[in-house]
Amino acid sequence: MKQRLAAVLLLCPVFTAYAESGKVHEHTFNNGLKVLVKEDHRSPVVVSQVWYKVGASYEPGGITGISHMLEHMMFKGTKQYPAGEFSRIIAENGGQENAFTGNDYTAYFQTLEKSRLEISFKLEADRMRNLDLKAEELEKELQVVTEERRMRTDDQPRSKTQEQFNAVAFANSPYKNPVIGWPSDIANYKVEDLQAWYQQWYAPNNATLVVVGDVDSQQVVQLAEKYFAGLQPSVIKPIKPQEEIEQQGLRKLTVKAPAKLPYIMMGYKVPVLKTAKPESEAYALEVLAGILDGGNGARLTSRLVRGKQIAVSVGAGYDFTSRLPELLMLEATPAEGQTVFDMEYALKDEVLQLKNELVSADELQRVKAQVLASDVYQKDSNFYQAMQLGMLETVGIGWQKADEYVKKINQVTAEQVRDVARKYLIEDHLTVAYLDPQPITEAPKPAKSIGGHHAF
Amino acid sequence: MRFKLIGLLFLLITQSGWATVKIEHWQTNQGGRVYFVNTPALPMVDVRVTFDAGSARDDAQFGLAALTSAMLEAGAGEWGADEIANRFESVGATFSNGVSKDMAWISMRSLVEKPLLDKALATYQTILTKPRFDETDFQREKSRTLAGLKHREESPAALASIAFYKALYHDHPYGHPDDGVVQTVAGFEVTDLKEFYQKYYVAANAVVVIVGDVSKVNAEQIANDLLAGLAIGQKPQEIPAVTMPTQSSFEHIDFPSTQTHVLAGMPGTYRKDPDYFALYVGNHILGGGSLVSKLFDEVREKRGLAYSASSQFAPLFRQGPFTIGLQTRNDQTNKAVEVMNATVKDFVEQGPTEKELTAAKQNITGGFAMRVDTNSKLTDYITMIGFYQQPLDYLDLFQSKIDAVTVEAVKDAFKRRIRTEWLQTVTVGGK
Repeated sequence: MKQRLAAVLLLCPVFTAYAESGKVHEHTFNNGLKVLVKEDHRSPVVVSQVWYKVGASYEPGGITGISHMLEHMMFKGTKQYPAGEFSRIIAENGGQENAFTGNDYTAYFQTLEKSRLEISFKLEADRMRNLDLKAEELEKELQVVTEERRMRTDDQPRSKTQEQFNAVAFANSPYKNPVIGWPSDIANYKVEDLQAWYQQWYAPNNATLVVVGDVDSQQVVQLAEKYFAGLQPSVIKPIKPQEEIEQQGLRKLTVKAPAKLPYIMMGYKVPVLKTAKPESEAYALEVLAGILDGGNGARLTSRLVRGKQIAVSVGAGYDFTSRLPELLMLEATPAEGQTVFDMEYALKDEVLQLKNELVSADELQRVKAQVLASDVYQKDSNFYQAMQLGMLETVGIGWQKADEYVKKINQVTAEQVRDVARKYLIEDHLTVAYLDPQPITEAPKPAKSIGGHHAF
Repeated sequence: MRFKLIGLLFLLITQSGWATVKIEHWQTNQGGRVYFVNTPALPMVDVRVTFDAGSARDDAQFGLAALTSAMLEAGAGEWGADEIANRFESVGATFSNGVSKDMAWISMRSLVEKPLLDKALATYQTILTKPRFDETDFQREKSRTLAGLKHREESPAALASIAFYKALYHDHPYGHPDDGVVQTVAGFEVTDLKEFYQKYYVAANAVVVIVGDVSKVNAEQIANDLLAGLAIGQKPQEIPAVTMPTQSSFEHIDFPSTQTHVLAGMPGTYRKDPDYFALYVGNHILGGGSLVSKLFDEVREKRGLAYSASSQFAPLFRQGPFTIGLQTRNDQTNKAVEVMNATVKDFVEQGPTEKELTAAKQNITGGFAMRVDTNSKLTDYITMIGFYQQPLDYLDLFQSKIDAVTVEAVKDAFKRRIRTEWLQTVTVGGK
């Protein structure tokens, strides 16, 4: 496959309206578990996801990353299904499964042929309340997570830059911490910490079960009732708001790492759908991100990569569905002969234009056409549809908001885009990070041996 | 006779999710092979044209196929890159293209509403048949590629992969990275790309795949229109045979990373390999199953040595790589490699148990419906079937071929094909 510089932050208009054609069926059991079912009969398959309202942004200092660590430990067995059994049973039923953790959620999923849905419910219900956490399993899995961190962050110059960028951009918002956790926190988890975290958050009244596929909604609810409705709820204390203090001026940082290319990230503090007042500001920011980076014809690539030819890659991103206020991100890799400071200047100039001039009717139409089309394309994937329902529900926006998405985007005007640019894309709320490449020691003659014993 | 799909992508035949996909196949007047699946559930269509023009066709100019592909959307017909992008985006269509070892592909997805689809198709056809290869665009894309090659050197995983392919294939056309290397790309002239395009982007070398909510008549029209502007040309000669290793090798590259990336393997299986299904099922047990496999269990679950530990066969026209991979903290590399080698050796010598084989088959066949449950995945599968000229009932027969694999067949295939004393090992990392 061709390898180009990926615009790593390109998140674009990610979310869609789905419920127009396939209706979402909602049901809540007495123990607080919410079930969302969407029928999609194109193919004899089903995806089942359990979403917990807990993630990295719920974690206090000292145990950052514990939500992710617990996600790993959730595969380590219960009394009824000891370590390895969960995955073995799913596999022998033809299933695919995994889990993921973000700032605002922890989710587990299985994709199965439709008649096997019950297996997923049986196993997920069991590990929702009966996880058997063992110190010796934690000890091993902690090494696995440490390796994961090395692979994802420590040995990746741009990920490392991103991590330190977040730590500087946010003063007190929990988004300052990496989802995988800081190394010394990871190294010091105790099984009691995991146990306490599990007790605190894993309960039916803190979870949403999402099912999308070739199923009957009523039958799914009945099946879910059989396995989940009897689970005991917990007392879930509301999370403290941890509202980010107002930034009082530009912040800058440099990250030195062995790398070949310089790189810049810039982020402006912005509201998200959940926090924007009025919420039309969030939709306007979503359109603004699309104007800058909604495809190859959008402003950043068209103007900086092709027009001025000063960048080899450039991108913008905005995480519209976060639980807490976010950053509108810009990033660029300079072309040969250009510097990160040239990039900074050019990106700020793009921001200035958004404040000074109205975006054209053509540009607005382009973003809206893309949103309308991706609304159809995303229905190609049950998994994606389930992801969106689960995420909206879990961050507290409510899955129903999805129905409004296309309409709300369509209502955004050029004036609104200019207004959010003026209000939010301001220097005092900006953080800039530079990746300063350090030499990668040239390998001496690679040690090579043919045949025989492998000597290290 | 045409199959009637009643608003469903698949007809359910058995409880186990046995699904059938009706592929229609014909040739255009120019000789291009067309594969069409009607999926009426969503008002969208995927169109992909694939040429035997992947990096294996680079000859000595490593990266030529990739840069030729990258240049297509930089300007075509009357339009520059901005106009091309805007034409697609204004109707919500998406366009992508790229190369692998064997293939160069050009894809688009569009809504099927006529004015939208017509505009997207006209743009796509122009990119396909009238790329400009303008000198200014070329210089820019070349610099971007060169920057990408530099960026690659930041990644121990990418460096390991490059060294691994070299170790497996040496000077064979599969032996170099798809994007090329600085030394070759820096020397390209725009005429090199034009010549490559003229030779390989021809109707006789094209496979057209159409999956979506269009009728067969429409699909015929689309395929004809797309290929009409191409020269008829001819299929290139077959990629030469791969020389199999006769001994193992080991290479270490120093890199200032906290982990060492380990890749081990050898040329494995090819698309029409009679051993393919035995190797595929066997590997599923060894290291192919994502959370359930011997390698995952030995390296990660039992010892916590790595986040990922897996093995895979990547079948190509010729033997594509059999790859075992893991990443581990530098100071425990030896241990991880020992565990990896012992696991492979044991599997090759002992083969799977009946129980393991049954579990693997259940996973593969029980999950078959998920292999083709989206238009995206169908497009990938149909492209594979068309490009490698697999039988049209490949998907229908898939499960019975899996079911037919025996313990003896796996054992026998692995013993003949995968010898630990033939493994090529590459490590990239720090002390």
